[in-house]
Amino acid sequence: MPDAATLTQQVPTVEGHGAPAPDALSLRLGEVPAAGPTAAARAAAAARLRAMGLPRPRDEYWRYTDPAPFNAASPTLLPLDTRADSALFADVDRLRLTFVDDRFDPAESDDLALSGVEILPLSRAEAQPGHWVAEAYGRLEAASQHPVPRPFAALNTATATDGAVIRVTGVVTKPVQIVYRRSDPAADVVCHHVLRLDDGAELTLLENGLVGARGNVVIEADLAPGARLHHIAAHRAGHARVAVTHLFARVAEGAALKSFTLSLDGAHVRSEAMVEMAGDDAVAHVAGAVLGNGEGFHHDDTIFVTHGALNGESRQVFKKVLKNGATGVFQGKILVKPGAQKTDGYQISQALLLDEKSQFLAKPELEIYADDVRCSHGSTTGAIDETAMFYLRSRGVPREQAIVLLVLSFLADALAEIEDEALRERVSDRLEQWLTAQAGTLG
Amino acid sequence: MLEIRNLHVKLEDEDKPILKGVNLTVPAGEVHAIMGPNGSGKSTTSYVLSGRDGYVVTQGSATLDGQDLLEMAPEDRAAAGLFLAFQYPVEIPGVGNMTFLRTAMNAQRKSRGEPELSAGDFLKLVREKAKALQIDAEMLKRPVNVGFSGGEKKRNEILQMAMLEPRMCILDETDSGLDVDAMRLVAEGVNALRSPDRAFLVITHYQRLLDHIRPDVVHIMHDGRIVKSGGPDLALEVENNGYADILAEVAADA
Repeated sequence: MPDAATLTQQVPTVEGHGAPAPDALSLRLGEVPAAGPTAAARAAAAARLRAMGLPRPRDEYWRYTDPAPFNAASPTLLPLDTRADSALFADVDRLRLTFVDDRFDPAESDDLALSGVEILPLSRAEAQPGHWVAEAYGRLEAASQHPVPRPFAALNTATATDGAVIRVTGVVTKPVQIVYRRSDPAADVVCHHVLRLDDGAELTLLENGLVGARGNVVIEADLAPGARLHHIAAHRAGHARVAVTHLFARVAEGAALKSFTLSLDGAHVRSEAMVEMAGDDAVAHVAGAVLGNGEGFHHDDTIFVTHGALNGESRQVFKKVLKNGATGVFQGKILVKPGAQKTDGYQISQALLLDEKSQFLAKPELEIYADDVRCSHGSTTGAIDETAMFYLRSRGVPREQAIVLLVLSFLADALAEIEDEALRERVSDRLEQWLTAQAGTLG
Repeated sequence: MLEIRNLHVKLEDEDKPILKGVNLTVPAGEVHAIMGPNGSGKSTTSYVLSGRDGYVVTQGSATLDGQDLLEMAPEDRAAAGLFLAFQYPVEIPGVGNMTFLRTAMNAQRKSRGEPELSAGDFLKLVREKAKALQIDAEMLKRPVNVGFSGGEKKRNEILQMAMLEPRMCILDETDSGLDVDAMRLVAEGVNALRSPDRAFLVITHYQRLLDHIRPDVVHIMHDGRIVKSGGPDLALEVENNGYADILAEVAADA
């Protein structure tokens, strides 16, 4: 695949203008909005992106995942499908925000008024002079650009067209759900959500649907002392999904972040989480369950947790089930800064390969500058346990159904990171339905 | 019910024969025990009958009610009424015991063309059977065999047997790792299932279990063959004198 440099050469000179061809980065950036409260943040992000450039395959953090589909000036057309919308979370009492392509759709969304939380689409917040989003927008993204650059997050901050701006002031009684829908088969969606949780506030954020023909989603979550954020994302199965997502979180004293992502299928997905443990006794759990079936499947989880305070507890639990030539990637890091004593950091990444054509690439990293910490990491790649398989079959469970049970068994530790039992069961049921439907191609 | 004829088996990976011509008939309503020293082929017999991978049948046959077992997939043997209580029950993290039981029951019913059991009927049945084996609700909810004690695992095997109601039950060293009380519970569970149209093959090292589950016939296995068969007294003879005397006597007869 071409890197940024060769892409530049491939762009033809626009006929009749004598002006030099725009480079890949300019093509990718397009027009950056120059007015409104976030204009300064957007301009700064564009400058950051120009300084770091688009990623190249030889970059350390892009060694396992080809950036070309994200670098390309426009996405590959993704035909709209006629399947009914995923019913996941449909029976949960929640406040629903719907984004159709790159815009908030009020007609498909619930009334935004809810006790303990202020919700506005980004496009509306930007129209309000003096809105707090001006201060918050792009701040955590900018802070997370070192030591590893996240070019597509900077691109997102510079060019996002909409998103949800949420300030949580109390304990919110029902989950807020972000749903992505598609109306344009060529939509190149850039969404940017900004969450601010005040002292002791608590929110459950659900996220599901399919983001554009190509999606770039950023969530910035700033958790004040004692705040709790539960984030559950379930990406809709879609074989050709191309998406890059970033979760940036700052977790203050005694605050807790619990994030879980379910990914079923997809073509090329990079999912990053950057968590800063900024206050003492902070907790952050980031987990993911991924199922990939087919040669076109490539899923990359890139996680970076920085402990900068005392007694922090972080967990990374990532499980991938891969079949028929699918590729899974995990790059996970725990950085313990000097003085972040009593840190308890844990990281596990595991792959279950259902055949010999699939592969899992893992790069676990620990970097520790404090001497009184407990940090552990592990990574395993394995096949179906034939003893367990025989046990199930000897009880009358056919092989295909036994694989479903053993896959669920393998993923259970990741799903266990969903704290709310009812929500966990819904995600688990969704997973089981999908697996059962796929059973014939898994065995 | 169960007919094993001149069964020869070797491991897939090596040429060394393990079973060298096993002949065994277990009629409906009877309990047969297989005893024998380590390495005589007892567990292999149970695995080959239930369809575990890794074994090659080089000669002979095994049928259940006339159906060729050796041609069937393990799940089909189960649906046909065969059940193996494992010597080492397998732990399956993340899958609830109840989910496992219900999946197995309904898979077997579906395979036999019977309707699935409703959630309510299933619950009622499992509670009733579990109670008799002193398996509490907590244990039913836990992942399959995870964190179970040795005795709990074996009781869980018998619970599965009680729920699935197989016609031919094979117990592979179900007494290993059990204390006296657990053994009594397990034996009671087995005895409750004894009926004129059900048969048992009890594989054991020790006569102890056979005090609780009275066999009709005892077979002694040695070097891949059944070398002697007799009544319950044969088990007592093994208990008192070990295998040496019997094997010497068999060798002299040959």
